[in-house]
Amino acid sequence: MTKFTRRKTLGLSAAAIAAMAMAEKAQAQASAIPVADATAPNLPIERGATLRMLRPVRFVQPDEDTFRANCARFTQQTGVEVRVDFVGWEDITQQTAVTANTGAGPDLIIGFNESPHVYVDKLVELTDVAEYIGKRYGGWLALAQKYGKRHGTNNWIGLPFGASGGPLVWRKSAVNAVGFERPPEDHAGYLDLCRKLKQAGKPAGFALGNAVGDGNGFANWVVWSHNGFLVNEDGSVGVNSRETVAALTYLKDLYATFIPGTLSWGDVSNNRAYASNECWLTANGVSLYFALKNDPATRAIAEDSEHMLLPKGLASSSPMAGLTLNAMVFKHSRFPNASKALLQFLLEREQYDPWLQANLGYWAQPLEAYGQSAVWNSDPKVSIFRDTMKNPYWIGYKGPISEASAQANAEYIMVQMCASVASGQATPEQAAREAERRAQRIFRRR
Amino acid sequence: MSATTAADWLKTRRDPSWIARLFDYKPLLIVLCLLPAVGLLMTFLTYPLGLGIFLAFTDTTIGRRGVWVGLENFEYLLSDPLWWNAVFYSVFYTAVATVLKFGLGLWLALLLNQHLPFKSLLRAIILLPWIVPTVLSAIAFWWIYDPQFSIISYVFVEVLGWRTTNIDFIGSAWPARWSLIAANVWRGIPFVAISLLAGLQTISPSLYEAALLDGSSAWQRFRFITFPMLLPILAIVMTFSIIFTFSDFQLVYAITRGGPVNSTHLLATLAFQRGIPGGQLGEGAAIAVSMIPFLVFATLFSYFALARRKWQQGEGND
Repeated sequence: MTKFTRRKTLGLSAAAIAAMAMAEKAQAQASAIPVADATAPNLPIERGATLRMLRPVRFVQPDEDTFRANCARFTQQTGVEVRVDFVGWEDITQQTAVTANTGAGPDLIIGFNESPHVYVDKLVELTDVAEYIGKRYGGWLALAQKYGKRHGTNNWIGLPFGASGGPLVWRKSAVNAVGFERPPEDHAGYLDLCRKLKQAGKPAGFALGNAVGDGNGFANWVVWSHNGFLVNEDGSVGVNSRETVAALTYLKDLYATFIPGTLSWGDVSNNRAYASNECWLTANGVSLYFALKNDPATRAIAEDSEHMLLPKGLASSSPMAGLTLNAMVFKHSRFPNASKALLQFLLEREQYDPWLQANLGYWAQPLEAYGQSAVWNSDPKVSIFRDTMKNPYWIGYKGPISEASAQANAEYIMVQMCASVASGQATPEQAAREAERRAQRIFRRR
Repeated sequence: MSATTAADWLKTRRDPSWIARLFDYKPLLIVLCLLPAVGLLMTFLTYPLGLGIFLAFTDTTIGRRGVWVGLENFEYLLSDPLWWNAVFYSVFYTAVATVLKFGLGLWLALLLNQHLPFKSLLRAIILLPWIVPTVLSAIAFWWIYDPQFSIISYVFVEVLGWRTTNIDFIGSAWPARWSLIAANVWRGIPFVAISLLAGLQTISPSLYEAALLDGSSAWQRFRFITFPMLLPILAIVMTFSIIFTFSDFQLVYAITRGGPVNSTHLLATLAFQRGIPGGQLGEGAAIAVSMIPFLVFATLFSYFALARRKWQQGEGND
């Protein structure tokens, strides 16, 4: 059992007061978010409603505190009790599956990416809330529209709550020392930079192992930045293309400049190599920067680090797909109006902006107006994450979001296509054909 | 007085109540006594196994009930190079690791069977790799094989100066395969060594004495006494070892996740990859079911190849 000493209790209450003060400040700042006039949908809350919600666990403690405080305020204003359970990231997909299939359990879940698209016939449509919130806060951003709306329609089945991206992280000193102001946007210049970094003994490194986040992020960039893609718009497999082969040919040259061993890199490998001065250019979420900044031993690395969106290459915008929080309300809920009202409440500026600020930039907003949030001025090195959801790329680009696109991601189709070329096991043509074969199985019509 | 006593004596035994009769009824008693055991087996063994086999014939995914597709999953697997690759590596991994584990384990058991100082302490230490949870030792090996922070690379590059670059343990196919086998052997030796040591200690010293009197060499004593007397336990231990190795999951999943480019997938890791992260429960179950013939074959082989002596089956030894 925890022992409470007077000193500890004092410390605790001081921390609580500080947190409350911060929350108040954040709420005051929330009024800086511009709003447009819009009429909220009429959602008469059912009598005796209570809600249960699942969401992924926090990145940082204030995330959870603020989220709970927001829900508590909803209870205060409407009398609806809200219970929020925080679930491990690996488990939330399975728990969503069980909830959808058994028709029991939580009323609403904030899941990841494709979940609402997989369980679409088990969900309550959220178009009224989405249209109101979109109108009020300057419109939904590109990625939010893609993940929120049912493919090819204007019907909202999910409400995106934010996304987390993985742009380039690079050491300013190393990049400048080899004669570049910042990493170039074109393929040839970027390859030149990586070659020079290698010569200088400060190589770049990107995961090519079975790493769900980093591996897919890099492999998708290689292909997308050459205008290749895994799936056509109609959901048929389109990976075996001239563009993909060109991308893989380019990768062969690029891989030669990497730090050795990236074929076996997992999701944490690049963080470790970057933090120990072994790797000087990589791609990662903002967590790497904060980890470096908060550790006195590595603060110098954080100060020397810069973020930049992934190079565009031949694409018209930076090819990066953010991991997206996507909220859904289940038909089995006895209180659909209360559920919708809660989501709407959480997306209003009085609640959403303090939450966004509490997350320090780990999650980026799905709505245009929250680009004005104070969080994006808190640290200039974090501000590029602001536009994470403006990217028009998603997992399974450019097909419909589905179970299959999620499976292709989880089975590393793109990563292994790239890795087999990088390791010399396959020619670009062979690798593209093998990826096509595997993808055809995954995207077959059922 | 005597009348009442006589009456007591004459009093016929009351018929047992229906409940007592019911419980005296043998077939019912058998059913009742077996019920808990059968229930447990059905719940925790037969049902999951049956469900797994059933799923293998459907296209169930996480999130959607499947329909019966017959042998479609298996037909696809037969045409899938990744499955063949996993079959190859599972067999290779099991064969090489088993040979090494038994060679080294037997050697270790023979050494431990000698009279050494601190014998019991040594035996306890030998067991350590087996006691440590596999995931922990797998993570330790993951660090040992790390491309940047491997201690072995560190020793060779920084301390001894024999190499200028780090060793690439798990970055290409064959080194990764051998590295995983080494980790598995390290973990499996204690089980073999301790089991064989137990077997060695059941061999009667009088056999060795008799052989010594006949002027046998050390090799002859091993070849004609130790080895044949050890065969029955060898068969059992080998069966277990093959099953554990063939269905290994944790080491491979924690160290390489089947990479680089699927070269180190065992059937178990491939089944998990397809079934849980990939969401194709039906296909994952089909891969798991495809392990059964291999395991049955390995078990039968151990039994019939190593344990075929009559006296092991309870008959006389002629």
